[in-house]
Amino acid sequence: MSKSPNLLIPAISGTVLIFGLAYGISSREYGAVTIETLESRVAQVETQAARSSASAQEGAAEVARLQSELENLLQTATTRSNLTAPAPVIEDTYRLGRVALAEELAAWDVDVLPDGRGLPEGRGDVLTGEEVYVDKCASCHGDFAEGVGNWPVLAGGFDTLANEDPVKTVGSYWPHLSTAWDYINRSMPFGEAGTLTPDETYAIVAYLMYSNDMVDDDFELSHENFTEVEMYNSDGFVVDDRPELEYAQWRTEPCMTNCKTTVEITTRAAFVDVTPDGGGASVMNDAAVGDSPVFAASADATDDSAADSGASAVDPVLIAAGEGAFRQCKTCHEVGEGASNRTGPALNGMIGRTIGSVDGFRYSNVFQEASAAGTLWTEESMAAFLADPRGTMAGTKMAFRGVSDEADIAALIAYIQSFDE
Amino acid sequence: MDEFFKPSRRSFLSGTAAIAAGSVAGAASAQQADPLITQLQDWASYAGAGVDETPYGLPIRFENDVIRRNVAWLTASPISSINFTPIHALDGTITPQGCAFERHHSGAIELSKDDYRLMINGLVDKPLVFSYSDLERLPRENHVYFCECAANTGMEWAGAQLNGAQFTHGMIHNMEYTGVPLRTLLREAGLDAAGDLADKWVFVEGADASSNGRSIPMEKALDDVLVAFKANGEALRMEHGYPVRLVVPGWEGNMWVKWLRRIEVTDMAVGSREETSKYTDVYEDGVARKWTWVMDAKSVITSPSPQMPITHGAGPLVISGLAWSGHGQITRVDVSKDGGITWETARLGKQGDTKALTRFYLDTDWTGDPMLLQSRAIDETGYVQPTKDQLREVRGENAVYHNNCIQTWFVNEEGIAENVEVS
Repeated sequence: MSKSPNLLIPAISGTVLIFGLAYGISSREYGAVTIETLESRVAQVETQAARSSASAQEGAAEVARLQSELENLLQTATTRSNLTAPAPVIEDTYRLGRVALAEELAAWDVDVLPDGRGLPEGRGDVLTGEEVYVDKCASCHGDFAEGVGNWPVLAGGFDTLANEDPVKTVGSYWPHLSTAWDYINRSMPFGEAGTLTPDETYAIVAYLMYSNDMVDDDFELSHENFTEVEMYNSDGFVVDDRPELEYAQWRTEPCMTNCKTTVEITTRAAFVDVTPDGGGASVMNDAAVGDSPVFAASADATDDSAADSGASAVDPVLIAAGEGAFRQCKTCHEVGEGASNRTGPALNGMIGRTIGSVDGFRYSNVFQEASAAGTLWTEESMAAFLADPRGTMAGTKMAFRGVSDEADIAALIAYIQSFDE
Repeated sequence: MDEFFKPSRRSFLSGTAAIAAGSVAGAASAQQADPLITQLQDWASYAGAGVDETPYGLPIRFENDVIRRNVAWLTASPISSINFTPIHALDGTITPQGCAFERHHSGAIELSKDDYRLMINGLVDKPLVFSYSDLERLPRENHVYFCECAANTGMEWAGAQLNGAQFTHGMIHNMEYTGVPLRTLLREAGLDAAGDLADKWVFVEGADASSNGRSIPMEKALDDVLVAFKANGEALRMEHGYPVRLVVPGWEGNMWVKWLRRIEVTDMAVGSREETSKYTDVYEDGVARKWTWVMDAKSVITSPSPQMPITHGAGPLVISGLAWSGHGQITRVDVSKDGGITWETARLGKQGDTKALTRFYLDTDWTGDPMLLQSRAIDETGYVQPTKDQLREVRGENAVYHNNCIQTWFVNEEGIAENVEVS
């Protein structure tokens, strides 16, 4: 690129000139010369605009635009001796690289497009596919494409996409059959990628179609009938619509004060307990499963009393887990609609009420003492009691060894807490 | 009755806090001389390590917990898995390569510069093969960009799950790349054969066994995509695609193909496994969104956070975090200490680069009361980072990717922080 300002001046077109100018200016003095040139250019534009009365308005707007552009350039020139520039774009090429040979293209250019372009000639039927699949795929994906461990499930899941946990398989979700052929051919089997013949790949895909009830067991897939296959979810995708659904709404000045009246904790990672160890001096897995303050707009701090009354809501997943864990309590306790005292007291509204206070239940001495002292059931005290009933409340009539799993305790509390008085 | 049943639990807790605060105050006005000052220490007397002790240095052993970590239950095998950058322990914006998260589909491979080949084919005037040294002869640029996995924070859709900024937000790194603009390489091969470029694509593919491939619209390919071979001044690490990876600024990390071996100009999206079966977003009605490439504005407080509790008691506290947007620069970050009732505008460490991490600070005086810490990023388009409820309202809870919700840390009186979700 030339350093002559004469070559730069005619090229007044936004960033090109900004970058070009920045590239050309190597000192303050040089910048000053350029400023003078630019200033005279501004004068020229102004004069020109004044003369053209026929297009006065249009000209004025153009002058304003140029002036603002030039002001920006002047600022650039005076405040920075900035030599940064993007990599240059030249008319010619750099003549680097060599022409790829046909056999090199054939070796690497193997991707298959949704319309079938890129498929090699070949064929394979369901029964052959089953043999190849069992030999090369089933150890991870299961004999029936059901997935082993965390490995992907390849079959089934139809009509689950609107469910809470959609099962996204080749049959239920993938919009193109070409994706399966392409992926299996290029990337599978795991640890032996690129070793399948085209016929083997056709056969495996045919078997996956069979596993997904797309074809009968006498089906043969080939390059000839490949594009006739219709996928279950081929119409199930739309192009990213965040611009309309989200950006249009969320590009607004946000609230700064009194944005909510109260804030409560609704779910806690400590309950879920799925975090691996680590983090140095971290105490993250030891976070107390105790008080959850409620934050209010009026007060500048917190309202701790709300926590002791168990006001915080909890995770529905946790509640569901608690329902399962409650099976071991059901022999003696009822909770929920119509619950009454059995061997043990009914547990509705337990958190936050006075210990030993259910009408009509005959408590042990230790519970009667706690009741007389006005002690309340809190999440903490209940967790301690569930972990070791006879250790924490010596003399309790509850003949239960306790719950050893902390996650079960948290789930039980959440479940019981979900039932009001 | 044990201590849980005594009505004075709260006074017990505040008593502990008072003791802690007392010891801090004691340190500020020491009664006894500090032996670290008054006594001659070994390091002040004996010779230290010689210059060649570590020809390529690693962090001092006291920092050996600042490492990538993996969540084993997330994936079937570490060969096809992901780990997390220890963002909680870093400051500034640049992620050192050695602790920048890894995501492999068939493991990280050893591919030497001598064995490296890059093919450009498809709808080009002449298909070309470049060697590594060819790439070094083309004009190159330097840019800092964040790379975020589309699944970052994906585990949090169902509620607070993982306890640590590393695990909730660590599928991200931010490096200064040196590379050749992809448009330069495409021009070398010639795009006349492609005709109208408006509806054309490039399909990019890696050299590893997964041969991870993604389709990128030509407009983006000609804009700011880089074919990069250096990061933070040195060669890419094996785990980040040595010797050459693609850099797709602001777009989901899966498109930043590592060990880049082929660029094909096509007239349609290939619909590869990674752009149909994965990296698509199923909304509540079962309809999936495809081509959701841009990573929207997002932020997280890195300290305090579950792995970075407050250990100094009440008093001066630096709340610090990271913000970023795939749409451009971060212009503002707000921080709330009460779960979103009131917000204060934080100080930016420096004006962030476009599509790069920006560091923010809120210098505050902690009262010792519990806090619900949140941060909220705003980018140059005026987009405001949404709450999880806002996202759920539009998308439901079936989504996996693109969770850019406002994160909440609950900090209790003892300074312990926990990942929570709030109303």
